[in-house]
Amino acid sequence: MKKLKLSKNIKDNSITYGIIIIAYVIMQIMIKTGHVSSLMQGLLVPLCVYIILAVSLNLTVGILGELSLGHAGFMCVGAFTGAFFSKCMQDVITIDLLRFILAILIGAISAGIIGLLIGMPVLRLKGDYLAIVTLAFGEIIKNIMNVLYIGKDDSGLHFSMKDSLSLGLDAEGTVIINGAQGITGTPKNSTFTIGVILIILTLFIVLNLIHSRDGRAIMSIRDNLIAAESIGINITKYKLMAFSISAALAGIAGVLYSHNLSSLMATPKNFGYNMSIMILVFVVLGGIGNIRGSIISAVILTLLPEVLRGLSNYRMLIYSIVLIVMMLFNWSPKLINLREKYSLKRLFKKPKEVQ
Amino acid sequence: MSFISYLINGISLGSVYAIIALGYTMVYGIAKMLNFAHGDVIMVGGFAVFFAVSMQGLPTFAGMLLAVVLCTVLGIAIEYIAYRPLRQAASSLAVLITAIGVSYFLQNIALLIFGANTKAFTSVVTIPALKLADEQIIISGETIVTIISCIIIMTTLTLFINKTKAGQAMLAVSEDKGAAQLMGINVNRTISLTFAIGSALAAIAGMLLCSAYPSLTPYTGSMPGIKAFVAAVFGGIGSIPGALIGGIVLGVIEILSKAYISSQLSDAIVFLVLIVVLLVKPTGILGKKIQEKV
Amino acid sequence: MKKFQKIMSLMLASAMIMTMLAGCSNSNDASNADSSTAETTEAAGEETAEGTNEAASNSGAAFKIGAIGPATGGAAVYGIAVQNGADLAIKEINAAGGINGYQIEYNFQDDECDNEKSVNAYNTLKDWGMQMLVGTTTSGCCIAVAAESANDNLFQITPSGSSVDCINGNDNVFQVCFTDPNQGVGAAQYIGTNNVAGKVAVIYDSSDVYSSGIYEKFAQEAANQPFEIVAAEAFTADNKTDFSVQLQKAKDAGAELVFLPIYYTEASLILTQANAMGYDVKFFGCDGLDGILNVENFDTALAEGVMLLTPFAADAEDEATKAFVSAYVESYGDTPNQFAADAYDAVYILKAAIEQCGATPDDSVSDLCEKLKAAMPQITVDGLTGEAMSWDADGAVNKSPKAMEIVDGNYSLIQ
Repeated sequence: MKKLKLSKNIKDNSITYGIIIIAYVIMQIMIKTGHVSSLMQGLLVPLCVYIILAVSLNLTVGILGELSLGHAGFMCVGAFTGAFFSKCMQDVITIDLLRFILAILIGAISAGIIGLLIGMPVLRLKGDYLAIVTLAFGEIIKNIMNVLYIGKDDSGLHFSMKDSLSLGLDAEGTVIINGAQGITGTPKNSTFTIGVILIILTLFIVLNLIHSRDGRAIMSIRDNLIAAESIGINITKYKLMAFSISAALAGIAGVLYSHNLSSLMATPKNFGYNMSIMILVFVVLGGIGNIRGSIISAVILTLLPEVLRGLSNYRMLIYSIVLIVMMLFNWSPKLINLREKYSLKRLFKKPKEVQ
Repeated sequence: MSFISYLINGISLGSVYAIIALGYTMVYGIAKMLNFAHGDVIMVGGFAVFFAVSMQGLPTFAGMLLAVVLCTVLGIAIEYIAYRPLRQAASSLAVLITAIGVSYFLQNIALLIFGANTKAFTSVVTIPALKLADEQIIISGETIVTIISCIIIMTTLTLFINKTKAGQAMLAVSEDKGAAQLMGINVNRTISLTFAIGSALAAIAGMLLCSAYPSLTPYTGSMPGIKAFVAAVFGGIGSIPGALIGGIVLGVIEILSKAYISSQLSDAIVFLVLIVVLLVKPTGILGKKIQEKV
Repeated sequence: MKKFQKIMSLMLASAMIMTMLAGCSNSNDASNADSSTAETTEAAGEETAEGTNEAASNSGAAFKIGAIGPATGGAAVYGIAVQNGADLAIKEINAAGGINGYQIEYNFQDDECDNEKSVNAYNTLKDWGMQMLVGTTTSGCCIAVAAESANDNLFQITPSGSSVDCINGNDNVFQVCFTDPNQGVGAAQYIGTNNVAGKVAVIYDSSDVYSSGIYEKFAQEAANQPFEIVAAEAFTADNKTDFSVQLQKAKDAGAELVFLPIYYTEASLILTQANAMGYDVKFFGCDGLDGILNVENFDTALAEGVMLLTPFAADAEDEATKAFVSAYVESYGDTPNQFAADAYDAVYILKAAIEQCGATPDDSVSDLCEKLKAAMPQITVDGLTGEAMSWDADGAVNKSPKAMEIVDGNYSLIQ
């Protein structure tokens, strides 16, 4: 019995990996043969970013069972530390790939540490209260990034929270993080290939965690905290573990994001609660706890507004309606019943009869 | 002297948060869902008044009535179309996401109808400002009206919930939907009523928000909505007096941190205070502590 | 649960198909975009060859000009103004016979004021076959898109992306508006040389590129000027309804003038609140303040005496502005603001540059860009937002700002 279950897991996981790899190969072939529009090519890296974000948030929401509305904050930390590192080291480390890998590591570690620091006090809270506190932390991170000034000159790094004048730089000094104007001129190192490798890495971490002893402990906390505690599971440890891994993965996504655009600013649009909610939408639409679902819904919801561009002014209106309808379709108990009664039978049984 | 005037500014900002938070907390307390679209219903209320009074030239009172009726109908419709089908869904997060969808929908429809240009809102309040201490301290008419409305609404809501049959039904539904149904309470109708009241409150909040800060765009409601949500959590979400206290406290902290610490970091400071409060008192200032049974 | 997974795999399959379609059918998409946005071309009876992907292989009937800006979201007011301003200019040019006899096709894409979406919009336009870009509207997006367009060597003229980083290092990008430092320094010098005030307070948006950029240079230049900054207070995008504290601080510091390097939406609130608290002070703004008189239903008496350095005023008396304003109001129902005028000028600047170098739509994107780059420093354009505008090779515009004061609800030029 145990063996059977294990093989089912492996089968299930390999489907997930397979989908990513097949999608990657198909896209590569299509790019090589020139069948991919500029829009699609430009969207490939953002798609990787959002997939990583969705999968990592699913670890907190789906596996740990805690609602977090501050995921974009961790992404922000990763994006800024990674981009800052790349800007500083641009002349020192000239091998792009090496520098980028280091930037990813630094982004992941710093986001992970922030996740740990935030997690320690706030994971005692539950439900909507936890949600609002994580939202608050996300907003604090964004607000601080907006007033943070860091410059570099011969005598080292200068910090300020006021404005770039008070950095007191030499004539040759450069401002690297310029408050609301953020970081400009980050080297464009993110590629689709690196993005896909990072997705696979993320999946590897998350899926292995889920199917490990630690993962089962984390899920037991989700299913019944008191029961889990009573059989000696260290609640704090496992909560923190899931939360900080999730934060570190979001940091990776942030580094990928910041190295895809030449200007990085912390706006309400990209690192505010709106983005956190958007990532939550990916997770919930794809199915809470369903990793593959997160991937698919991240892809669909990122492509949707772009596909709808032909509608010009009605684009975002249609997008919101589609979002509501998809949610109702996926989650409404009545519709789920209806769906199971009709569509599945027709879709899956008929071909068998034909055979 | 400047401290007092900062304090008064804080209270007037807080009273606006409070009146929005009352609607938030009402819906949350009964239906147990975070209605992210609440801020946008407020915006619709603002536009209804603007449309009636400034564009059609109707008297202010007619505009206010139109706003309340429109928002009430809108609230019931939203609940019926977008939230009700998901009430029995496997996760309570599903309805949170549709609420976000509804919020986008309302913003975009307002954008298409009224355009993105900022509209200056004519205040619905005609009471003159109160000037004290040789005009050093000024309390605007809007602030006075907002605070009085907050108190009236708070008292009425508390009385309504505790003294009327419909209110008791709401309480029962909020405790346990299944048991309430067994007792012969029509759960659907009760929740519809909750949304109707919540949205009518949103209309009033919209008018007062736009009167105090007279700039109206399709996105007017979203930020005050989030702030009011924070205020509601601050005061203990679900608690009606808590929303009032939470709103005022939030406004005062915001203004004082801007005045005495840093105007750049005031958002961060407000949220930091919120976090500290929640860590000390995990269910907000007036929240009830619910012991989980095993 | 198993069934659920089946549904998911079904969804996945459809997602993959969608992805592939998005890839393959891009020429179809492009023609869709044509039909939905190219009213101008329909009017002119022009049809382009469909299904062509490479701009270079376009069969050369028309210039394809793209534009980008936020048409939804909080900054929509600026993007829509650019959309309409450029549209109006292109309609006029097409009606008058086009540029060098070629008609113009126009396509506007929404970027929601987000850097990433802006790059998506840019790529969409590239798929459509864009040859020149009027955009983007906001500075942050402009920096992100400029990096892409520099890479493609596609000619870009931004109506209102005022950050220096938009043009720094990108020789294909030109500006219609002043750069932020230019405005900050200009405002400080104006206040200093004309002795407008001795004590100045600044209220700026610390979360906005435009506003914090101007503030920074203003503060730098103020050190050389005979006035003193007594208060510098910020607000953020999340905190822009209540300005009582900032105003109170300016008042307590005894400021005689409040400098507002911000957009008019927030400025209208500041004026209202200053009035409510009985703070009678002079306000001084930059080009972002233009449009304040056109806020629907706004009590213009509050703006009495506000001074601003702006290149454009919708109430100006010259013929060109009058004609533009009335045509704009007729077509789009709103009074144009400075963004609309900038975009309108941008299109006419493109026209002048194309005429200067004699480019044709048959040129490849890169050739066109090279020709236009060479032509830009040679031309001088009289536009709505400045007389005798000329450009350096680095992309910044040379024009002189006009100092305006609002008198009796109208802008009037200060001599």
